[in-house]
Order: sequence, then structure tokens, then C-alpha cells
Amino acid sequence: MNKEYRFQHKHLLEMGQLSAEDMLYVLSIARSFKEISARPIKKVPTLRGKTIINFFFEPSTRTRLSFEIAAKRMSADTFNISASTSSAQKGETLIDTARNLEAMSPDIIILRHPSSGSPLLLSQHVNAAIINAGDGTHEHPSQGLLDLMTVMEHKGRIEGLTIAIIGDIAHSRVAHSDIVGFTRLGAQVRVAGPATFMPPGIESLGAQVCATAAQAVAGADVVMALRIQQERQHDPLIPSLREYARFYGVSRKLLELAKTDVLIMHPGPINRGVEMNPDVADGTGSVILDQVANGVAVRMALLYLVMGGEKGGDTQ
Amino acid sequence: MSEITILQNGRIIDPANKVDQQGDLWLRDGRIVAPESLVPAGARCIDLQGKWVVPGLIDMHVHLREPGEEYKETIASGTLAAATGGFTAVACMPNTKPVNDTAAVTRFILEQAVQASARVYPVGAISKGSGGTGLAEYGELKAAGVVAVSDDGQPVVDSQLMRRAMEYAASHGLPVISHSEEIALSRNGVMNEGQVSTRLGLRGIPCAAESIMVYRELALAELTGARVHIAHVSTGAATDLIRQAKKRGVRVTAETAPHYFTLTEEAVAGYNTNARMNPPLRAEEDRQAIRIGLQDGTFDAIATDHAPHSVLEKQVEFDRAANGIIGLETSLPLTLALIRAGVISEARLVELMSTAPARILGVAGGSLAIGEVADVTVIDPERKFQLTEEGIVSQSKNSPFLGWQLQGKAVLTFLGGRITYNDLLTAQVDRLKAEGF
Repeated sequence: MNKEYRFQHKHLLEMGQLSAEDMLYVLSIARSFKEISARPIKKVPTLRGKTIINFFFEPSTRTRLSFEIAAKRMSADTFNISASTSSAQKGETLIDTARNLEAMSPDIIILRHPSSGSPLLLSQHVNAAIINAGDGTHEHPSQGLLDLMTVMEHKGRIEGLTIAIIGDIAHSRVAHSDIVGFTRLGAQVRVAGPATFMPPGIESLGAQVCATAAQAVAGADVVMALRIQQERQHDPLIPSLREYARFYGVSRKLLELAKTDVLIMHPGPINRGVEMNPDVADGTGSVILDQVANGVAVRMALLYLVMGGEKGGDTQ
Repeated sequence: MSEITILQNGRIIDPANKVDQQGDLWLRDGRIVAPESLVPAGARCIDLQGKWVVPGLIDMHVHLREPGEEYKETIASGTLAAATGGFTAVACMPNTKPVNDTAAVTRFILEQAVQASARVYPVGAISKGSGGTGLAEYGELKAAGVVAVSDDGQPVVDSQLMRRAMEYAASHGLPVISHSEEIALSRNGVMNEGQVSTRLGLRGIPCAAESIMVYRELALAELTGARVHIAHVSTGAATDLIRQAKKRGVRVTAETAPHYFTLTEEAVAGYNTNARMNPPLRAEEDRQAIRIGLQDGTFDAIATDHAPHSVLEKQVEFDRAANGIIGLETSLPLTLALIRAGVISEARLVELMSTAPARILGVAGGSLAIGEVADVTVIDPERKFQLTEEGIVSQSKNSPFLGWQLQGKAVLTFLGGRITYNDLLTAQVDRLKAEGF
């Protein structure tokens, strides 16, 4: 890596804003932070005195907890606001809420919001650094980075790998961030699912659309299944979970087509027996819990980097 | 004593009378009159060397927001914006609060318009409250002053209702203006469906949502023999359908808007809510197809769909923003750009922006014939200006063209012989400054 390199981004809004060099740099920092979580005293003073607000307009357990743990391990002060406790319930606009938060001088706002593009809107109206923790069906960049980190840890590289993503690509911000991230680092990304799950023009992001799960999985180094949402109204995407599981569920049999050392991934939460069989989720090659562990490290790295990457204390 | 204005040495472009020549135009007591050999004492003479003199522009599709949403626009502010953009008349859509579905609302609008800076032609609702069930009282609406009916903004879902609307409107001599949208396909969509919507993670509206409904309207016009006007066409597919229908003699007219021949879906990048409207900005091939439709006569009119919204509706998350943009002050410059691009001629611009709208709505203007109302627009095709929020006259500033450097604009607008907008002096000062004075 270029010695002159500096991470230049004040906000993390989407994978699309990061160069390959940026992504590799985040991963290298995350790798160095990962060890902190293994210490008996899991805390460094790097972000002491920084105020971080977790601003979640959608229900989330693991992402919010992951960011909160990351912030606390860096000694930042964290506060959680969720949609049910925020003034959004009282009709306040996102911008007004943001300005009110701004008046309390937070350093970082981590936003989860159902509207695509809302982190960008927020970044235009506040001085705090904004980290997108999932916006609509747009992106979930910290998840994209933790997926890169997990594959990198196990395969030692991203370039040249074949990544198969199976499921509802159209409604998945994780798939979007992963396609951008893996493609930018030189992997080939294949996507598969019924056509009702394929967004128009997904090829323009660099993904190759496969007609069947078997085609996508054939010779793949990584197979990722996405959570199938059951709650979409007025839009018949699949006839039943049963039929979906039969044709697109990731099973041991399907995985026989992949490389023998295939990694199994899932952004969670899993519908066991629908998009992925339990023996696959818990079996050899499954790195699903590594993803969760790496999530904390990646988020520690992101908090550190958007704060300018200053060494506020001992990170060793 | 009569009031006489003589517009001297302008290029008079009047396709309705097959005129395109240098000359003088005389306005007397609100009418266009034949020039006389002697200039009468007290006549106001304006030298318009280098300018175009055309029949007053007519925008057949605007939203004036009054009654009900006066914080966005009023009949006064909207018509002032119209005069500024060179328009002498506008047809206002019925989706006010309350909906213009009764003569009382029509009369209210016309009373408010008495002092307005442009003629206001109310469009009545197709169905009661634009609710999609039951016909509004077209006879009474027409007697009160409506010039057409439309449920603009609320597509007519029920095909039988649309059929009856066409038949019944024909009995009262009113055209039906169709907002063509199959809402089962467009539901929840916020921009064109395609690569860009996928990249931005926004729900898409496929082109088929428009073309399916345009096909229905054409089939119903054919069935009933009534005439239909297709509003704000955005897709190449719908343009093709209209072209074919016209060839086989269906009584259809159609309009498109400047944003559809100027911008594409790429304008949404950055989640720009001023690039959100319905129908949405489409792909480049659609933009090209719309331009061809303007060239070959598939489109009869250019209308703005002027849709003022305040920051309350626009400074929000993209998928929560209101649809619509203002257009009255940018329509002429954007259409003049089509001339410079070789897409249309000067005469065709006048047809699209004045003559055809007057004919479709059956209203005054659209022509500079002797005896016509003295609604006249003077255009300086060279004049350059930058569109800024401060410069916009409309009460709302929701334009995707903010910051654009535009060329060509109205510099003088006459409504019944009375000046409603005058920018000649500013132009002169600018020129003198440019020449170093």
C-alpha cells in the first residue's frame, strides 16, 4: 500500500464511495483492532470523550449492538435512539431531528433508516460524521466490509475468487454492498434467485446473473444466502417459502457443486430451512459467526477512521 | 381614447397564419389590429429589433394550488410566474383542496383569477373528488368555465368510468385529459425502473405503467369516437402508441414536458428530490424518442406540469418527497434549446407552446390574426440567464434546473394588450455592461 495513503472520508455512506485501496485499508485497521476483543479487558482509550449516537429508525438487534460494542471498546460514549422513542413518532422530520441532535455536539451519528439515501441527506445537514448502518434497499457498507474481512481472513485474498449470492437481491442492501465491494477487489460475483428477486440492471453493478442456484454455486469459493423476507405486501414475489427452499435453498447437495473448501455466509438472521438448511449453517465451511465477530472489528475501524484516524491512545 | 401599442421591427412568428417575417404588430384596446400608415399620437412604440414576436404562450397543464395549498403557490403568484416565463394563459388542474369537481370551485378560481397576470382556464375533475367513482357534473362545470376534464394526479383505474367520461365529456364538448398510469405497476415507485434505481436502491416505476394506460385510453377513444388528450408523456413506448393511433385516425392529442426532453433518470443521482416527479424522468432512449415525437408531430403541445412544492415536501428523504417540479419559468428556454439542437423550428415551437394548446382547449389566442386578443410574447433568443432560487418568481423553488445557465427567454409579455412582464430594460442594461459602458 502507498505509504502516503490517508483515509479521506468523513462519512461512510456507501461502498461505492470507497476505492479498492480504501477497502483494504479499513480491513487492515480492523484486523489490528480485532485482537482487542480477545483481551481480558476489552477496552482501549482511542475514542475517549467522543460522543456517538446510534440513530435507528428500523428494528435491529445485531447491527446496533455491534456498533455499540465497537464504540464502547474504543471508550466512546454511546447513546441509542430508536424510531419508537424518537420524535419521528411525533411528526418531526429527519432534518429537524438531526439538527436537534447536532446541537448536542455528537461526533458520529450511526444511522439505520428505511429510506434509501437518508444518510446522505443527514450528512448535508449536520457536522457530525455519518455512518450508514443500512438505508432502505440501497446499501449496508459496514456489512459489506465485514464480509470482505471474513473472506479475506479465510482465503487470504479476494481477487480471483467466485462469490455466489443467492436470494432476494432486489430488496437486499447487503447484496448491493457486497456486489460493489467484492467486485471492486477483483472477485467475480454471481447472483441467483427467481427473476422476481432480480433488480433491473444489476449487471451494471458488476454482478453476473445466473438462471439457477446450481449455476451460481458451480465452482464457487463463497456461497452466501440472503434472508427471505416474508412480509412484502401487494407484491407476489414467490408463491411460498416451501417452493423457494426447494429451488433456491442452500443445501449440502447444492454445495457439492462448489469448491471443496467453500465458505458459507449469511448476513443473518437466518430462516433455517428456507434459504439455508441447518446442517449447512452449522457445518463445515460456515463462517457465519466469524462474520458477526468481524463486524465488531470493522465497526471499530470505521469509527476510528471517520474520526480522522488519530491515535488517541494505545491501540496495541 | 384608445390605447395603442406598436411592436416594431420584431420577427413575427405566427404559424397559425403562416407568417414568419420582420414587421410591426399593432395592439389596440386589447386586440390585434391592422397596421395603419400613420402612427397615431400617444401610441406606445417599442423597438424589437432582434426579438421574436409570437402569440402569447399557453401552458395547458399547471397546478396553481389554490384553493387549499396557498403556501405552495397561489393563482396570483403562479400567474406571475407564468407571465415571467412568457405565458399569457394557463390551464390549472383540479387537484386542489377541495378538488375542482363543482361549479362553485370553478367560480372561486375564476374570481381569484380576475386580477391575475395570465388567463386562467380551470380544468374540472373527471370523477367526484377525483375519487374514481361517479362522473362530476360536466355540464355545470363547463357552464362555469372549465375547458377540459381530468383526474390528473389520480389515474382513472376503472376503464368503464373512463369510457363514460369520454362519452359524456364529448356531449358537452370537453376534451378528457388523461394522466396515464397503471397504478398496480407504479405503486410505491419513486423513480424510473432501471439501472439507476437499482444503484440508488429506490423503487422503480416501469415504462409499461405509462404505456399500458396510454393504450387503454387510445382504445377507448377509438371505441367512443371521443377525443382524448394524453398528459405528460414520458416514454418512447407511449410516444410510439400515440403516433400509430394518430395514423389510423384516433382523435388523440398529446403533450410532453420540458423535463422529459431535457433530463434523464441520472438527474436523480444524489437523491435529488427536485428530480422526482410522476411520471418519472426516464432513460436516455426515452428522452431521444420524446424529441423525435416533438419533431414529427406526434406531440401537439409542450406543457410544464408546473407543480409547486415547498421545502416541507422536498427537503425530506427521497422516498417521502412529493412528486412534481415547477416549470413555468424554464419551459421557454428549454424549448428554445431544441431549436438550437436542430430538433424543431421556430414555427414549431410556437405551435407546441401556443397554437396547439389554444386549439385543443378551444380558447382564445394561439394566433396573431387581426381581431385576435392581444396576448403576445416577445422572446429574446440570445438572452442568457442563470436560474437561481432568488430569481424564481413562483412561490416554490423546486426546480431541477437550479444553477443552470439558460439561453433565451421572454422579455415582454402582453395580456390583452397590457404588459404583464417587462424585462427589456434589464436586457439593455446587461448588453451595455457587456459592451463596457
